[in-house]
Amino acid sequence: MSRSVYLDHSATTPVDHDVLEAMMPYFTSDFGNPNSLHAWGRKARKTLDEARNQVAQLINADPTEVIFTGGGSEADNLAIKGIAYARKDRGHHIITSAIEHHAVLDACKWLGKEGFDITILPVDKYGIVRLDELERAIRPDTILVTIQFANNEIGTIEPIEQIGSICRKQGVLFHTDAVQATGHLPIDVKKLPIDLMTMAAHKMYGPKGVGALYVKKGVKIAPLIHGGGQERGLRSGTENTAGIVGFGKAAVLAAKRLANNENENEKRLRDRLIDGIFERIDDVILTGHRTDRLPFHTSFCFHYIEGESMLLRLDALGIGASSGSACTSGSLEPSHVLLAIGLPHEIAHGSLRLTLGKDTSDEDIDYVLENLPKVVESLRAMSPLGKRG
Amino acid sequence: MYSQKVIDLFMNPKNVGRIDNADGVGEVGNPVCGDVMKIYLKIENDRIVDVKFETFGCAAAIATSSMVTEMVKGKTLDEALKVTNKDVAEALDGLPPQKLHCSLLAEEGIKAAIEDYLAKKSNAKQEESEAKQCAKA
Repeated sequence: MSRSVYLDHSATTPVDHDVLEAMMPYFTSDFGNPNSLHAWGRKARKTLDEARNQVAQLINADPTEVIFTGGGSEADNLAIKGIAYARKDRGHHIITSAIEHHAVLDACKWLGKEGFDITILPVDKYGIVRLDELERAIRPDTILVTIQFANNEIGTIEPIEQIGSICRKQGVLFHTDAVQATGHLPIDVKKLPIDLMTMAAHKMYGPKGVGALYVKKGVKIAPLIHGGGQERGLRSGTENTAGIVGFGKAAVLAAKRLANNENENEKRLRDRLIDGIFERIDDVILTGHRTDRLPFHTSFCFHYIEGESMLLRLDALGIGASSGSACTSGSLEPSHVLLAIGLPHEIAHGSLRLTLGKDTSDEDIDYVLENLPKVVESLRAMSPLGKRG
Repeated sequence: MYSQKVIDLFMNPKNVGRIDNADGVGEVGNPVCGDVMKIYLKIENDRIVDVKFETFGCAAAIATSSMVTEMVKGKTLDEALKVTNKDVAEALDGLPPQKLHCSLLAEEGIKAAIEDYLAKKSNAKQEESEAKQCAKA
């Protein structure tokens, strides 16, 4: 009975054992500063270069196009503020979407207060950015479009190729936050019209506190952190060698899983979970797109009950989930993503996200399908809403 | 973030359900805001002899519903009206700041149910006196 089923991989993933093993020497024996000239430093530098190659290979980038950061949020901020400050002589207009991560939305809003002009594009009911709206929004003074690769709350994958092509045609730079997608979807930056792309190690079985920004060759950005000039002057500070090594190893393992089509199994389990929930529970909707969706991602809204209650009851059964209800966000508003796809507040409050991982099994899905209906039923029995007759 | 008491009552709430032919029913909150509390009272000689609740909301909303119904059970209406949101929060060993509105909902829920009872009672009396007047006429 006391099974432990972690289904919150969109929040973070466990560090792979091979990743941890690769990292360990760089805390102790191989502790050198990559900027030092002696043997210790040279060894660390060589390791850093290897890791940069590994991350670059995952997305088919040139190693010089990979800037390591202290995580996904930092990479988003570096991309957006970095472009804003590097291009402020050309224009002050930035375009983003209503369902971005707060690292993007709040960076844009802050720039809005600094004198930049921000357009926030609406999305359709699946969370897909409307291309006609994007085309209409681009102006001669637009310097950047930033739209996520895939959404963390509803799993929808954006039409990145079309969005990037529109930007290219208009001569506007395109940044995408690919924190949820990197390592889970095949991404080739040589084929896709992307100028800047955010990645985070801990969403793909690497360590927390390490991310990267892909910056296409020739694209100039301003740094956020000044100092010793590391990372081509774009991110000063002694490199987090162990963390970066972990990111590199995680990238190698992710590339291998993608090559072996291992995400097909994740997708099969995802679909089993979605279908199973619809078979067992009434008055529930899937949020986000059914097929243009991250392979590990499921998200729902259950009518008449509230997300935090579901989450805590599932937690007591050993199931780790998350929710975009107001009560889990610490504010009185449900998630901006659920409101942007047009859900009424009372439905958005019943949101539940279950995100699978590479080690999720059929037995895990069975356990959720056995227990989630009971949780929903017990909370509905308590609720004054939706009572029939 | 929650006290053990909140978690325990959320997992095993007391007084869940409805009372058929309740003497007073109070519904407070709004589904748009994410919590609705419905309180049912059975009252005899101005004393609450039974109380049940139905709640849509987070763990704190359910735990405060359970706690406030326990607190007013057996009390006279005057005593029940004196139960404050602070009393409820304290009985739960505290609530996180962003959840304090749940305890306010609990206080308001009880008050709304008692007011409903009192309104019904005065209506009944009025109807009775009106009926007498009709009979006279």
